[in-house]
Amino acid sequence: MKLLDIVVKDAIIPDLVATERDAAIADIIDALVNAGALSPKLRDEFIKAVIKREKRGSTGFGHGVAVPHVKHPAISKMAITVGISHTGVEFNALDKQPVYAIFLLLSPEDQPEEHLDAMEAVFGSLSQETFRRFLRQAKTVDEIMTLLQEADAKAPVR
Amino acid sequence: MSKTTSAVVTVANKLGLHARPATLFAETASKAKSDISVRRCDQEQLVDGKSVIQMMLLAATVGTRIEIAATGCDAHEAVSALVELVKSGFLED
Repeated sequence: MKLLDIVVKDAIIPDLVATERDAAIADIIDALVNAGALSPKLRDEFIKAVIKREKRGSTGFGHGVAVPHVKHPAISKMAITVGISHTGVEFNALDKQPVYAIFLLLSPEDQPEEHLDAMEAVFGSLSQETFRRFLRQAKTVDEIMTLLQEADAKAPVR
Repeated sequence: MSKTTSAVVTVANKLGLHARPATLFAETASKAKSDISVRRCDQEQLVDGKSVIQMMLLAATVGTRIEIAATGCDAHEAVSALVELVKSGFLED
């Protein structure tokens, strides 16, 4: 699965202002609502669901990145967006360090395989140190889109 | 309500479950109320998924298939969180 196939460009935030987890998640969900990728009616429910998943086990897997996500019946198509913080977000990451790149993923509830495919596409890119470093330095939506495109080009064909 | 669920996942990162990944795994497992046991698919021996030392002693290298099992009220959620973590390759090359 390619990141560009599922990314919601209009919801990318190149300069997250929030510095703590719950506020950052709310900002990214709001961006998805504003981009038309999520119904405003579902905003609060999704914020709650993403935070609930974080409490069960942080998706701040270390190296300054987090991959919060939610599976929900109202989602018909995989969607992902990116929030970049230049100051760092306190995300309760497993390595206790702040995160600078947050990939938020929305998955249909009835497609567990697709969900894991998408997660693997994200993980594959995020495990590259150069990708993480460039992401953290990105200042515009276009720069982030270029990095995602390059990551897709490097990804092994699945 | 107590229930058991399990899943098999392949260790994806080059260095396997060495200290850092084992710590991240045990930390995530420890959040669950359920008991978490882990074994290599090629061995019978179960280890405690909440113990960093036991996870390291599994010596699961890249490509090793491990079975993660949870028993308790949050068994399903715990297993899915741990599967995602292992699949992340702990964000290592």
